[in-house]
Amino acid sequence: MESRRNPRAVVDPKVRQVGFFTSSQPDSTHQPDPIASESHPVASSISPSGNSLSPVMIPPPRHNSSDTFPLRAAAAAASAVSPSSFSYSTRRDFPDGSMTASPGRVSRASFSKPSSSLPGVGMDSMAAAKSSSVPASGLTTVSVVNMPPGLSEKESDQKKNSKPLKEKTTKAERRALQEAQRAAKAAAKAEGGKAPLVSSGSVASTNVKAAKPAKPSSQKNDVAVAAPGPSEKKGGQTEKDRKKDAPHPRMQYDDESRVVKAKRRAVVKQTEAKNRVELFRHLPQYEHGTQLPDLETKFFQLDPMHPAVYKVGLQYLSGDISGGNARCIAMLQAFQEVVKDYSTPSEKTLNRDMTAKISSYVSFLIECRPLSVSMGNAIRFVKNRIAKLPITLSESEAKAALQSDIERFINEKIIMADTVIVKHAVTKIRDGDVLLTYGSPTAVEMVLLHAHELKKKFRVLVVDSRPKLEGQLLLRRLIKRGINCTYTHINAVSYIMHEVTKVFLGASSVLSNGTVYSRVGTACVAMVASAFRVPVLVCCEAYKFHERVQLDSICSNELGDPNAISKVHGREDINYLDGLTNNANLQFLNLMYDATPSDYISMIITDYGMVPPTSVPVIVREYQKEHSLV
Amino acid sequence: MGLLTGLMDFLEKADGNSSSRNFLEKATEKNKKNQKSMWRRSASFILDRSSNSPPMADTTQNPDAISAYYQTRAAHHGVITSDWLAQAQAAVEQPDSSVSDLGAEKSFNVIDEFNGWRKQPDLAEAVAAIRAMAAVIRASEATTMMELEIELKKASDTLKSWDKTSISLTAGCDLFIRYVTRTSALEYEDFNSAKSRLLERAEKFGEISCKARKIIAMLSQDFIFDGCTILVHGLSRVVLEVLKTAAQNNKLFRVLCTEGRPDGTGVLLSNELSKLDIPVKLLLDSAVAYSMDEVDMVFVGADGIVESGGIINMMGTYQIALVAHSMNKPVYVAAESYKFARLYPLDQKDMAPALRPIEFGVKIPAKVEVERSARDYTPPQYLTLLFTDLGVLSPSVVSDELIQLYL
Repeated sequence: MESRRNPRAVVDPKVRQVGFFTSSQPDSTHQPDPIASESHPVASSISPSGNSLSPVMIPPPRHNSSDTFPLRAAAAAASAVSPSSFSYSTRRDFPDGSMTASPGRVSRASFSKPSSSLPGVGMDSMAAAKSSSVPASGLTTVSVVNMPPGLSEKESDQKKNSKPLKEKTTKAERRALQEAQRAAKAAAKAEGGKAPLVSSGSVASTNVKAAKPAKPSSQKNDVAVAAPGPSEKKGGQTEKDRKKDAPHPRMQYDDESRVVKAKRRAVVKQTEAKNRVELFRHLPQYEHGTQLPDLETKFFQLDPMHPAVYKVGLQYLSGDISGGNARCIAMLQAFQEVVKDYSTPSEKTLNRDMTAKISSYVSFLIECRPLSVSMGNAIRFVKNRIAKLPITLSESEAKAALQSDIERFINEKIIMADTVIVKHAVTKIRDGDVLLTYGSPTAVEMVLLHAHELKKKFRVLVVDSRPKLEGQLLLRRLIKRGINCTYTHINAVSYIMHEVTKVFLGASSVLSNGTVYSRVGTACVAMVASAFRVPVLVCCEAYKFHERVQLDSICSNELGDPNAISKVHGREDINYLDGLTNNANLQFLNLMYDATPSDYISMIITDYGMVPPTSVPVIVREYQKEHSLV
Repeated sequence: MGLLTGLMDFLEKADGNSSSRNFLEKATEKNKKNQKSMWRRSASFILDRSSNSPPMADTTQNPDAISAYYQTRAAHHGVITSDWLAQAQAAVEQPDSSVSDLGAEKSFNVIDEFNGWRKQPDLAEAVAAIRAMAAVIRASEATTMMELEIELKKASDTLKSWDKTSISLTAGCDLFIRYVTRTSALEYEDFNSAKSRLLERAEKFGEISCKARKIIAMLSQDFIFDGCTILVHGLSRVVLEVLKTAAQNNKLFRVLCTEGRPDGTGVLLSNELSKLDIPVKLLLDSAVAYSMDEVDMVFVGADGIVESGGIINMMGTYQIALVAHSMNKPVYVAAESYKFARLYPLDQKDMAPALRPIEFGVKIPAKVEVERSARDYTPPQYLTLLFTDLGVLSPSVVSDELIQLYL
């Protein structure tokens, strides 16, 4: 794919090749699989000429359309296995490394030696690709986890089981077998994860085991696990330790063993909420407001933590800093401080030690509050810069370079991006417009203020929701500038929508399928707007784009303080839930974000201009690379 | 809504206008008589048959805010039919000779140049713009690349502001500026060689225009199957080329032409197609939904393809696309890639309005308002595929291409 893009540097539409083939097939002439090249003569005869400059290039007839992607066909051929000569059980005998490599290789579409020599026979090639890719991917996930020795026995067991079956299995049977194997594998994995726990003699392990199958009714089990907590370790670990087992940014919090592990090394001792909603068990959720004084007292014990980072972490924790951009800038500025005060320990190199330090700080920040996508991207940028520092630089030079890089990131990707977004968005505001916004998105606020400065005549509808009521802040600032505003809560959005001409929304992140991940309630507003055929414009800086794909708001989200929705402050008469908060039958769900499907979004305004949601992957592909390399 | 530019141009082009209308009339008169009567018999005529005032009587009443682009389109529609093509080609003197003359003069006018090129009937407007810009380079007395660039920028701004309604003109100018600022020509140390390289590129670009139509015609052949019925709206040179190529490939298909009020584009197209022995049927614009049942696919051209992947095209495209979408018929758009524009209309009113005179054949009472917009915007969700010289694209790819071109 890369090479298709290369000729674009010099823009000349004439040398664009037309048709379905990709020109990135230097090896298409010697297709490894004889069958593939035999049955698709059209594809192979077209491909060589793909490198010529003739613009008049007609794609092969349509009935061959599945073959017109030589990539795919070849990948299928490469991984095609004949059932008789090559069973799944033998596949398992591959050392881990080779198996993990193979999916990657397929996606890169270069033909690996071993797989090309396979006798790919008879099977429908697509089906083969599909079926063979399943065990492969299953294996990859397994190999990522450090497997304890116990697992290998397990595996060989399975192998024995599956061997006699392999002779005459239909596709469906093989499928079933695979499923079974995978289930077994998952169980094995879980067991493996628990193994260290068992060896450490923790009481919890048995409970955990019991909890696994009986999850739906595991409220009490949960409590049981939480109670006999693991032996307390002091927060002041070496940062190497901390780095090594830093929690994954999207750790699954319903995996008890990992939670326990994560807790052991956590600086912030957060107590977990007891009554969690079943669907959102995998998300971290803590009792709020208990750990702040605790952390404050610990300040002097935590010597590896830089005070700037500590401060930012506490601000996240208490909610003093919120909003994607503000959080990201605060973090980056803290990192600048870190870099400024950094000195390389003896016998260490700056590149490695600094990365480790940053990682440990990041894990601290995650403990305070889960990272936003924008922060994740920024961290990736910083780490990349550190890794790319030339070894020849002296320490002071390297530090200066890093600081200026971070400064540049803040300026270019956040501040400048916002001004560009404002410039674009203002062109869409016409006199007489009624603009609706939800919550308090900073970019939208800037757009509205700038449009007002340009003397455009418009009205703003601020829609707000409990418990944060951020819209009131926005409202305050807009009114101060003399903008005509209406304020309402989200309950009234369907009533108010008919008079709206445009909806402007902010976003915490935009994912590569065009899904907008934003403050909870945004999806509701966008859906109502699209039902009323009101265009929905999303303002989002490109550094918040992410290549992940998300279909719902469940798998990745953040849970807020349940007390925020159970109580209404200042309304003593609304006390219906008093004394019920710890009832096992009552669960509070205070979601922070939701995902808006791209169907409901007319346009995304970003620093690269106004693009449809379908173009997000293009921007991610074309600029994320450069952005992490700048 | 600000009134349109192109106003002053309209005055200076008033005579050219009437001649273009003559073209049109003659062309239609040459057509079969029954077709002509069909053309006249649109719904609004049936209402007021008694008054029977001569058509095109009150068109010159409001010369304000007329889209220059659509004026040329109308003129070309008269000319583009093969009868007139030969004559027109002969009539238009080659502007090449005049270019060198103009270059010598101090007062080189990019708009004159552009209009000169625009008279060539087979030349798309974007290409005319490119040629005019090339002439700017030729005539320029700049001695550095930077100077030349500034001069070009100025010329493109004049051209763009001369007719803001034309998307392909804007797109063509932008594209050319893109070439100049992003080309490897800048690496040449010698200014003169860089300049000649730019000129070369401009020439090449002109050729692409004609070639693009051929490419598109070839690409679309796979989609036209024997026995299919194609609904065509508007008179697009690309669509004509597509149908022509299909006929040459001995495909058996039937074409339904919408009438295409007020230009009668369908009448002209049906005339062209009947010469190629393609079975044609003319429809009223309002009969689209009625006959959509028997249609297998809809083919339209485009004035511009916008960033969302939607198209801006002759009035009526949107409703045809809507009808086709609701009946699950594919809507194919044939357009050259230089019509890709960095625009993103959110709705119909979100574009610079392109107005044109519309004659109803009867006297319209003064109090009655007339919708004179010449084009509408079809959102991408109603389009199936775009046939361009870059390949057969789904609407969402347009933005992909634009991002890579302009960023």
